[in-house]
Amino acid sequence: MARRVGICAVAQTTWERNKWHERFQGMAIDVLESLKEQTGVEFAKKLKKGPGINMTISCSDDVFDARTISNNGMTDVLGAHMGCEEKVAQEGIQAIYYGLVAIQSGHNDVVLIMGHCKESQGKSRNMVTHVAFDPFYTRPVGLDFCAAAGLQARAYGAKSGITDEQLAKVVVRCRENAAKNPTTPGVPAVTADEVMASDLLADPIRELHAYPVSDGAVGMILAAEDVIETFTKTPIWITGVGNSMDSFFMGDRDLTSNFALKKAAERAFKRGGIKSPKSDFDVIELSDQYAYQQPMWAEGLGLCEEGKGGQWVDSDGPDKNHVNLSGGTLAGNPLILGGLVRAAEAVRQLKGDAGDQQVEGAKSAMAHGVMGPAGQFHSVVTLARD
Amino acid sequence: MKKNRNVGIVGIGQSVYSSHREDVNQPEMIHEAVKEALDHAGIKMDDVDCVVHGNMELFEMVHQPDLWHTLGSGAYGKESLRVTTGGTTGSTLVCAADYLVSSGLHDVVLAVGFEKLQEGHTTGGITNMADPLWARQLQTGALTGMTAADVIHEFGEERAKKASMKYRIQMDKHAMKNKKAHRRLGLEFDQADDLAVNSPALVGELRMIHMCSQSDGACAIVFASEEKAKELCDQPAWIKDHITVHREESFAIFGDAPYKTSHRYAAETLYKRNNIKNPRQELDMFEMYDPSSWWGLDWLREFLLLDGDEHLKMIENDEITIEGDFPINPSGGVIASNPIGATAMVRVAEAAMQIMGCAGEHQVKKTINQAIVSGFGGTMWTVLFLLTREAP
Repeated sequence: MARRVGICAVAQTTWERNKWHERFQGMAIDVLESLKEQTGVEFAKKLKKGPGINMTISCSDDVFDARTISNNGMTDVLGAHMGCEEKVAQEGIQAIYYGLVAIQSGHNDVVLIMGHCKESQGKSRNMVTHVAFDPFYTRPVGLDFCAAAGLQARAYGAKSGITDEQLAKVVVRCRENAAKNPTTPGVPAVTADEVMASDLLADPIRELHAYPVSDGAVGMILAAEDVIETFTKTPIWITGVGNSMDSFFMGDRDLTSNFALKKAAERAFKRGGIKSPKSDFDVIELSDQYAYQQPMWAEGLGLCEEGKGGQWVDSDGPDKNHVNLSGGTLAGNPLILGGLVRAAEAVRQLKGDAGDQQVEGAKSAMAHGVMGPAGQFHSVVTLARD
Repeated sequence: MKKNRNVGIVGIGQSVYSSHREDVNQPEMIHEAVKEALDHAGIKMDDVDCVVHGNMELFEMVHQPDLWHTLGSGAYGKESLRVTTGGTTGSTLVCAADYLVSSGLHDVVLAVGFEKLQEGHTTGGITNMADPLWARQLQTGALTGMTAADVIHEFGEERAKKASMKYRIQMDKHAMKNKKAHRRLGLEFDQADDLAVNSPALVGELRMIHMCSQSDGACAIVFASEEKAKELCDQPAWIKDHITVHREESFAIFGDAPYKTSHRYAAETLYKRNNIKNPRQELDMFEMYDPSSWWGLDWLREFLLLDGDEHLKMIENDEITIEGDFPINPSGGVIASNPIGATAMVRVAEAAMQIMGCAGEHQVKKTINQAIVSGFGGTMWTVLFLLTREAP
């Protein structure tokens, strides 16, 4: 049996539409300084003895940063001069997956995870995700992740009968929760009518159904159980991980089947000893980049019955299941960091640091990330405190 | 460090490397390598638990290419991880696969590295690495003649140039035995003087002939837990240890004083924790990420912790040939084939093939018990592996 791995601390910058005044290195150093302050951690090479960070996993995206090797310009912040640093170039929650095995392998004791993205630097996020499509068949028809989500939203609507009012309710609730989260300033409250009257982005997705463009950085410290006491009294254990890839061409998929999400969740729940996702979690953080995704992913994760996502929203399922009390990805996290921020928010709850949104006595949580057109790739992490 | 459990390499696949693989698209090219690796391991895609993928996005300008490449990598329905670290991406893929298996999370992991440099602008991509405010105006892609100047300064023009060209021609002789290699030029040693003058100069004494290619190609490796590896394979290549060492992006940030290279630091640390006192004697071969023959010869001294001109003597005395006492890059190395996201992984693959005894025409005759493998990328980033014939 490999040793347990826990999260010692998490830190985030605020998530804002345009941090024109900060470079990504600057955002990251704020996160690093917070993590050091919370845990007293130092890079191992600076210590004469005792455990310290001996591996850094960065998470960023060359296309969003418009820089080859986007982790190269921040060696100092990552502690990588004459040290180990590796980049996860996928949905950020995968850095937790990687950090877990990097420690369980026995190679490393303490891992720093650092994700950054400045979506504001591009003229449009859609220009970035457009080039995720193959240049022969799907790129020439102009697809991007937003258009792909439109196709999925339409298919999900047809299958589940979800209404505009139910989708508006998801957005209104997200904005209410975001207002209580200090990391998401500048996400104004909206009414259901405003949501339903906002401009169409990719029919049936409207502007207020979509996660806002945002800039920011997020990080955490992972440690092996035999050294974790040095850094925290309340470790949050990574109890289960699981992910799955769906096929690439959307025509090859049933867009409403939640194939990859179900597989990802099944794997994470099996490893994490989760029997009933409806009742085993005190806190759930889902990556809902678009409003329809919250009920649809809830179906895939088994939080409600298949095709009943709309009723789940109507009957206040999100509140009962404590889904996205942080505001969720709909309140604004960069595409590639949504899942990593979800995990950071779940850790905040489990540590009892969630302020106005704290769930009393929260002990068990799930965080979820998604990447690719119409949810091609999903990743799920389960977390718990002693 | 105590590894949770041993990890062995049990299957290797490589596409043919070429400047223009116009006959295949990216997933198709990856599929060539994946199929060969699965066949080599004697397994089916169903036996694979997780697919690790890596390359550098800005070369082909495909965002999150693992999504599209699922068509060729076989990742459908599998767990998957995507990592990239520039030139060392291929090394990082191996580290990731090693962690995924060693941790106990997975028993069989397939790693895939690829690049189709023909479809982008390689030097433009590399230049984009530099800071847009401070350094991009000075950046010249991967081309640097600094090492050539340093070696010439230290050992004199005639000896330095001769050694560099001999290293280059020797690598071509190795590549001629490797059917997958991209550049197989058929060079002869008597061309050395002509090439030294007539090969076009790139930067100072770094000439076209010294420099690595830009290639299209993919590499795939199957990793398995000790139990599974022994079941699948008579002679796996074991990953005993590895170390990753990055460094600051500005070389002269600490002034002009000589500094310890990331190569030497990585080697010292890795040898110390594996109780290797005399690397040149205790190790059997080295598969090096040698982007140019100037770097290849210079880094030999760093990685083997040699002094003075010992590294030049190794070249002058034919110790580095396939038949030699200490073979370097029997595959022909990076100078022969360089599909960047795969390149560092190909080094691991080639050394593993030597241990497994399946390198065919470029198989080293002597038994390889311990091999070192280096990856290079970024701003002098190093990953150094120790592979063994016996399970650690």
